[in-house]
Amino acid sequence: MSANKGRVRGAVLAAGRAIVVSVACLAGSITLFVCVVLSLVLVPLGVGLLTTPYVLELVRRHANRRRLLAVTWSDVRIPVPYRSLPKDAPTGFSGQARRTALMLKDPATWRDIQWLLIDMTAGYVVATLAAGLLIYPLEGFVLAAGLWRVFTDNRYWYGFVPVDSQATGLAAAALGAALFATGVLLSERLLRLHFVIARTMLAPTQEEELVRRIDRLTETRHEAVDTAASELRRIERDLHDGAQARLVAMGMSLGTVEALIEKDPAQAKKLLAMARESSAEALSELRDLVRGIHPPVLAERGLADAVRALALRLPFESEVAAELDGRMDAAVESAAYFAVSETLTNAAKHSGADRVRVDIRHEDSTLRVCVTDNGRGGATVGGGSGLSGIERRLGTFDGIMAVSSPAGGPTMVTMEIPCELS
Amino acid sequence: MRVVLAEDLFLLRDGLVRLLEAYDFEIAAAVESGPELARAFAESEPDVAIVDVRLPPSHTDEGLQCALAARRAKPGLPVLVLSQHVEQLYARELLADGNGGIGYLLKDRVFDAEQFVDAVRRVAAGGTAMDPQVISQLLSRRSQDRPMAMLTPRELEVMELMAQGRSNAAIASQMVITERAVAKHTSNIFGKLSLPPSDDDNRRVLAVLAYLDRG
Repeated sequence: MSANKGRVRGAVLAAGRAIVVSVACLAGSITLFVCVVLSLVLVPLGVGLLTTPYVLELVRRHANRRRLLAVTWSDVRIPVPYRSLPKDAPTGFSGQARRTALMLKDPATWRDIQWLLIDMTAGYVVATLAAGLLIYPLEGFVLAAGLWRVFTDNRYWYGFVPVDSQATGLAAAALGAALFATGVLLSERLLRLHFVIARTMLAPTQEEELVRRIDRLTETRHEAVDTAASELRRIERDLHDGAQARLVAMGMSLGTVEALIEKDPAQAKKLLAMARESSAEALSELRDLVRGIHPPVLAERGLADAVRALALRLPFESEVAAELDGRMDAAVESAAYFAVSETLTNAAKHSGADRVRVDIRHEDSTLRVCVTDNGRGGATVGGGSGLSGIERRLGTFDGIMAVSSPAGGPTMVTMEIPCELS
Repeated sequence: MRVVLAEDLFLLRDGLVRLLEAYDFEIAAAVESGPELARAFAESEPDVAIVDVRLPPSHTDEGLQCALAARRAKPGLPVLVLSQHVEQLYARELLADGNGGIGYLLKDRVFDAEQFVDAVRRVAAGGTAMDPQVISQLLSRRSQDRPMAMLTPRELEVMELMAQGRSNAAIASQMVITERAVAKHTSNIFGKLSLPPSDDDNRRVLAVLAYLDRG
């Protein structure tokens, strides 16, 4: 019984959503299509060059809204195919003209325009059907309830049923019930069908996907190379100013000891103590450096225990829950470790939290790490918060990061990296 | 005293053998890998083992695992673990069985031969030798604690040395105070942290470590 109720509720919800979508089809798609055509026609006159980017931008927003609805309402994922526009384009007429040219060269623009046509026809029909199957039956029920009296002289067609008496009114209600049942069964699927139709035009073609992939790879490779180079520079500097200098000091002390050992044993002993101190300091600096390059626990135990060991060094309470049945690639492991480490450092520095929880799990060929703190929230990616650095680092491994941090907290940072365990 | 030594770097192994022999230890076996260490544990019945955390062939924490396994087979078997880095995580695992006879030190501590040999003897006698770095990490984590905040700086100092596994006599000579003063500080510490008093040095050290590691 409750299953049926749930199904009806789902169908009614889908019908309501279908109404929203069909309004968007009619009002949005038709208007925008007309605007696009007008704007393109005006391009030879020059005026179009100014208006086209604005109109196309509106089309994109219209399409993006539909993409969002598709994924939230029917779980149909439609990736965004547009090429990115250069941010430093000149303003004024020439800039606008250049934008027009770039946008018109993007195949996704033309597919958008085709989609507008399909959306206002097939898309509209499907969406209206999804809503109509649940709304039209209401009229049948009203006819049976007494509205048939109005049509005793002048017969009224409800579907294929001519209504002019109580009997035919009831027949109309029966037809309505049948339609309603069909609607309950179909309206969710029809709404989904609407989005699937949209996907055929709005999703990137294989070629576009490849181009985007190449762009992304080029970008992340540059970043990876830059990061690696600056890491090496940092290590070089640390060694040069730290351990290397200490060893020089040690060698010098030992040389002096050699000269003094017979003349002034007391002084020699003092210098030996200094040499030992230098070597201890060099060791401790090397240890810190090694921790920054590749933490020993990570090499010895893997990600879960490395994060546990890291959490034990934090100035606040921490809890680490990890479910990993193996080790991942060393490079991924290290990237994940440093991402977590950076996130925790960030939390310690900015959030004012006194509790933090780290969840690490591997499922569906993806490593998921979630860091939650009970701090004051308001963390953002970018603006040199340290979080954008993490995002860049993860990007090299096709990893992604999401931050949820409402003002007042809590802050939740989720990271995902595709990888296999071995 | 028979010692089993596991260390993969030849120079360090050789140096340790020479150092220990100079202090009249008998080297039952000096090995360089995990499987060899396991065999040495089974065959030579050492009074104390000195083990590097990281050993070949896997170059993971093979030495540590081997030592833990040996202690599971023979509870209280004295083991001194050496490493290039100390981790509270490992210290916790080593102390988990509450049996004593455990040491965990940075390799740097070998520089001071006297203190190192003292630590080996302490561990062999069923005591503890925790690296000062482990203890200072533990102390800094618990520094906001209410009972800990009640300790005077002097008592904190005593507690730090005690947690490293030093005897009252050693603490007294390091802090240049009398042994009676140390005993007084210790009983104050135990009172303030509401730990059960005990006359046994080793039990006391373990109680303090357990307190610091809690939570």
